[in-house]
Amino acid sequence: MRQGKYPFIVGFLAAPVLLYVVFVISPYIQAFYISLTDWKGISAAPRFIGLENFTRLFDDEVFWAAVRHHGVLLLVMPLVTIVIALFFAFLLNLSGGQRGGQMTGLWGSKVYRVIFFLPQVLAVAIVGVLFQTIYRSDETGVINSLLGKIGIDPVGWLIDPDIALLSIIGVMVWQAVGFYVVLFSAGMSSIPKDVFEAAALDGAGRFTLFFRITLPMLWDTMQVAWVYLGIAAFDAFALVQVLSVDRGGPDNSTTVLPLEIWRTAFNFSKFGYASAMGVALFFMAITFAALTLRVTRRERIEY
Amino acid sequence: MVTDTARKPDSRPSAPARVRRRERNPLGAFGALSHVALLLWALLIIGPIVWTFLAAFKTNAEIFGDAITLPASFGGDAWGRAWEKAHIGQYMLNTIFVVACSTAGTMLLGSMAAYVLARYTFPGNRVIYFLFVSGMTFPVFLALVPLFFVVKNLGLLDTHLGLILVYIAYSLPFTVFFLSAFFKTLPTSVAEAAMMDGCSHTRTFFQIMVPMARPGLISITIFNILGQWNQYLLPIVLLTGNVEDKWVITQGVANISTSAGYEADWPGLFAALSMAIIPVMIVYIIFQRQIQSGLTSGAVK
Repeated sequence: MRQGKYPFIVGFLAAPVLLYVVFVISPYIQAFYISLTDWKGISAAPRFIGLENFTRLFDDEVFWAAVRHHGVLLLVMPLVTIVIALFFAFLLNLSGGQRGGQMTGLWGSKVYRVIFFLPQVLAVAIVGVLFQTIYRSDETGVINSLLGKIGIDPVGWLIDPDIALLSIIGVMVWQAVGFYVVLFSAGMSSIPKDVFEAAALDGAGRFTLFFRITLPMLWDTMQVAWVYLGIAAFDAFALVQVLSVDRGGPDNSTTVLPLEIWRTAFNFSKFGYASAMGVALFFMAITFAALTLRVTRRERIEY
Repeated sequence: MVTDTARKPDSRPSAPARVRRRERNPLGAFGALSHVALLLWALLIIGPIVWTFLAAFKTNAEIFGDAITLPASFGGDAWGRAWEKAHIGQYMLNTIFVVACSTAGTMLLGSMAAYVLARYTFPGNRVIYFLFVSGMTFPVFLALVPLFFVVKNLGLLDTHLGLILVYIAYSLPFTVFFLSAFFKTLPTSVAEAAMMDGCSHTRTFFQIMVPMARPGLISITIFNILGQWNQYLLPIVLLTGNVEDKWVITQGVANISTSAGYEADWPGLFAALSMAIIPVMIVYIIFQRQIQSGLTSGAVK
């Protein structure tokens, strides 16, 4: 049994570990060093400049615009997604009344779950192109054309700096809700049936069931959801790159850090500076995850 | 037996049963409103996709006209133009090639690593496992610049091989995480019996463990196919040069919508979009159960 164990282990691990170290681990480590240099391209050797890139970030208006947008994304996107997803998950799992002592969903809940989840499997870039025409700002855009039927003037969904970011958030929510409906459904199905049964026998209505039982017992799942949506908010790239006017416009009103990293590196060849933004993004994402887990920590409900 | 006795009280028309029946009443105001909300959201999801498919059959004038009209005729001109002139056919074949190779590679290397990490004790086991799993938590944008130069220095920039290797590397964290949990749940007795009969470690893995792990392998394979098929960031960084003939489908579609050359051909754009959406939808409809459970099990670490 023990014969040839180590050659086997080495043989099986060598290729995956090598590939992983070369293409994943080493770039992550290098990024921290590159962020301390003024590397601008292939010909000029990188010069070590310490924290200069980071002090420059402090005066960079576009950087701060991007950070502000992550703030908006972090508040609005998870909140809206979770509220909508919770509502639908509750309807689909628990609000069809009881049958044979079990809580059931509304009629057709299986079909709804399949439909709601669908956008999740579509490529973000493809969804971006699709919503470009849906959001078109004159009366030929799909939404504006529908609004025109009820006498509302065309809205500049993507060209009005005040609402462009919200329009993009709308697409994110559109795409994400189905995933969290499924996630919350899984959480709800793990709540013991007799809890609901007992509450229903005591005369609890749907609202009591939702706010007094479902919500507190789903707290762990919601915490996971918030962290995941937060990470998605830091990752928003393809949608902004494809959907926004002038890549992050108008007037940088929709730009996000990943987009700035990509532009700074591959359009302007400022690799050191782009990596500094990457490091800033890294620390923001880590801080967010740690904060969320800390703030939302609660007594675990044992069941 | 057990279910029979459990059901009996329900079939009796006792008072609690009648209360339950009233709660199920589909005509309640709450029930009606719920159905309206669910239908509306379903419409919001399906609407844009159906509209895209229809627009692929419309003319430019129809696309810019009333949003909710059917195309005058269902000809396939735009589909042909998108396939040939906008090179969607080429991009599709490139994507199929890249995704087939990288998914196969991911599954082979990922399951090998996961198996060893899950079922063998050796020094460094935990370190390597956490090394893999930590890759799930870091933002890929941090690694973007150095990754570009790593690939460039290896001479793999603008090649499909480079993209395939990078896809495999970035799919390993979740694959290893998911599959090592799966291998741990498999019974040890079967593998031990095989070893007693003189099976080598390698043969035990390929002939005993892989077939037993099939449900887990299928879930994660579909997950990887979808993820790699939909990838956009890595191709636009690693296939940047003048290698349009090597592009993948997401790049191609995003480019049609921005490049001025095709701007006049809106039906072509929607045909291209439809062609990018249809394969994914087919895979989703067939495997939706595995996809949903695969994706969400990743979220509940």
